Amino acid sequence: METLLQGFLQYIINSLQWGSFYALIAVGYTLVYGVLLLINFAHGDIFMVGAYIAFFISSMLITYLGGMAGGWTLVALAVPLTMLLTACVGVTLERVAYRPLRRKGAHRLYVVITALMCGLILENGNLALLGASRKKFPEMVDTIVLSIGGASITNLKLLVIFAAVAVFLFLHWIVTKTKLGMAMRAVSFDKFAVPLMGIPLNTVIVFTFILGSGFAGLAGLLFAMSYPILEPYMGALIGWKAFIAAVVGGIGDIRGAFIGGFLLAFIEIGVASVLPSSFRDLFAFSILLVILWIKPTGLFGVAKTTKI
Amino acid sequence: MRKFLFTTLFMLLFAAQAIAADTIKIGFNIPLTGDIPKVGEASKFAAEMLKEDINGAGGLEVGGQKYQLEFVYEDNESKAESAVNVALKLIERDQVVAIIGPNSSKQAVPAGGTCDDNQTPMVTPWSTNPDTTLDRPWVFRAAFLDPFQGPVVANFAEKTFGAKTAAVIYDVSNDYSKGLAEIFQQVWEGKKGAGSVVAFESHGTKDQDFSAQLSTIVSAKPDFIFVPDNYNQVALIVKQARQLGYKGPFMGSDAWGSAELMTLCGDDCIGQYFSTHYAAAGATGKTKEFIDRYSAKFGYTPDDVAALTWDATRLVLKAIQDAGKVESDTRKERKAIRESMAKIQKFEGITGTMSFDEQGDPIKCAVVVKISPAGQFEFTESVCPE
Repeated sequence: METLLQGFLQYIINSLQWGSFYALIAVGYTLVYGVLLLINFAHGDIFMVGAYIAFFISSMLITYLGGMAGGWTLVALAVPLTMLLTACVGVTLERVAYRPLRRKGAHRLYVVITALMCGLILENGNLALLGASRKKFPEMVDTIVLSIGGASITNLKLLVIFAAVAVFLFLHWIVTKTKLGMAMRAVSFDKFAVPLMGIPLNTVIVFTFILGSGFAGLAGLLFAMSYPILEPYMGALIGWKAFIAAVVGGIGDIRGAFIGGFLLAFIEIGVASVLPSSFRDLFAFSILLVILWIKPTGLFGVAKTTKI
Repeated sequence: MRKFLFTTLFMLLFAAQAIAADTIKIGFNIPLTGDIPKVGEASKFAAEMLKEDINGAGGLEVGGQKYQLEFVYEDNESKAESAVNVALKLIERDQVVAIIGPNSSKQAVPAGGTCDDNQTPMVTPWSTNPDTTLDRPWVFRAAFLDPFQGPVVANFAEKTFGAKTAAVIYDVSNDYSKGLAEIFQQVWEGKKGAGSVVAFESHGTKDQDFSAQLSTIVSAKPDFIFVPDNYNQVALIVKQARQLGYKGPFMGSDAWGSAELMTLCGDDCIGQYFSTHYAAAGATGKTKEFIDRYSAKFGYTPDDVAALTWDATRLVLKAIQDAGKVESDTRKERKAIRESMAKIQKFEGITGTMSFDEQGDPIKCAVVVKISPAGQFEFTESVCPE
């Protein structure tokens, strides 16, 4: 009985950590979709770029400040730097790829295809620039293994779960309590009336991309710290899965992105714990399919109303 | 117009063959990108070194005439389907007389089928899965087989760790990993009785999180964990197992033996053991000469893939020489190479002396190495087939 309880506790910890990554990436899909009704398929690769940016920043911080500052100070420096630079990548993508199309009034389908292409450009650009060899993420902090009721948890896992919760609360506050959040909701409500009210549409859109990409950068940094091997294609699969998580949660809804991300992780890890891993995706996506079957707009999605 | 185009094409093809008369073209089907790029790089470097040696000395002497070597490197992205495409490309477009590679069994098993169907000799340096050469007269290899490696690992772990129970985690979509895991399970349960492999867990190639599988393994409390996986996944598995509170030893297989293992895995892998084809630290004779030259040229100690590629390529060159003359027709030359290849009884390679059985598989020794604190693979034990 006791081992069963331990196993269950371990399962919850594992799933919470893995789900945090899905949630942090899914939130980027959901924000952009909520405002622009655009599925930003390059988002998984922005996450990958975030991980690489984190790699370069951490390596640099360790070389220049490694002797002077403690590990956690370095992390505290790396987090805002990574988020800022990754946000720049996201905004650049918006400026060079999506905005010109939007200006010309292109159909949403073309923008989505552009997003897919941007993702491939990021992947293969990275492959051409840095080569196929994997990068090993440097260790900034020593991992401490803690034991809670027989289950193991590391300080890193705690940080990841804490970050996901903090991001959720922060976003919730932005969207519901600030002026910008109100503007974002307004844009998603009626894109044509909003500029007439004197709300700068492009500023709101850029801000949305800053938020989404910034959190992808944060996810990239935390992911690289937890799974310290980087490769150019690391963002593709997890990006797709996070997108599916966002859809199941109800794309356009922040709560949905988080619930969907954690739900997917709980199903995936649960299936892999009891069945051979080849059944994991089969079961996970069958369950999600059933959810969509019952509620096609996702758990929190409401058909054709304000979404964000 | 179309007719004209075809004629020109044919003429060009013939012209190309006429020009290529005094060169010998060998193809390399290797992973230069994808999951295991370091393996492809090692293969390419070793082959380049060999080519420079021979071409620098005027070429390969066959029946009194010297031929220049031309090596064509094609990237199989470490994917099974790309390996088949690359094999076809080398056979049809590049008209190579023989193919070296693919390295990993995941690609070598399907590519072996393609080469066998197209009657082109193929030598895989690193593949250890029996299916690669099984009933394929055109396919050969330079490495030992998993039915031999499995017992080597099991015996060593029993002796060194005094282990009674074992756990296995393997890549279910990789022929090599899956095959070896199953052989190991069979051998271990044969020794210690049913149920002595307390956990037998699988994962996918692109997986990064193994917490579910490793939690199951850790809660089963095995005496050691056997990880027949590629070096890039080893780094993640070992680290995550430690984070889940596992303190026991790991045992690996030859796919660990890349020069990149220690850069990716770091301190977590120190002190672990794995079975492999040769031990670079403490080598002598021709092997040492190879290691010294390779390290001087490329800046790192060659891993087993580099050494095995060297042996595999030399095996093909020996077969070409043994045939006595080079046929101008590619198909005939391929046949001649296969036949003289099948006749080779004994071969002195830098990874050990090998003799070949009727399946085209070498009979050779395996070594078990320990990862030293300096990150070197230190020789611990050598096991030879009885």
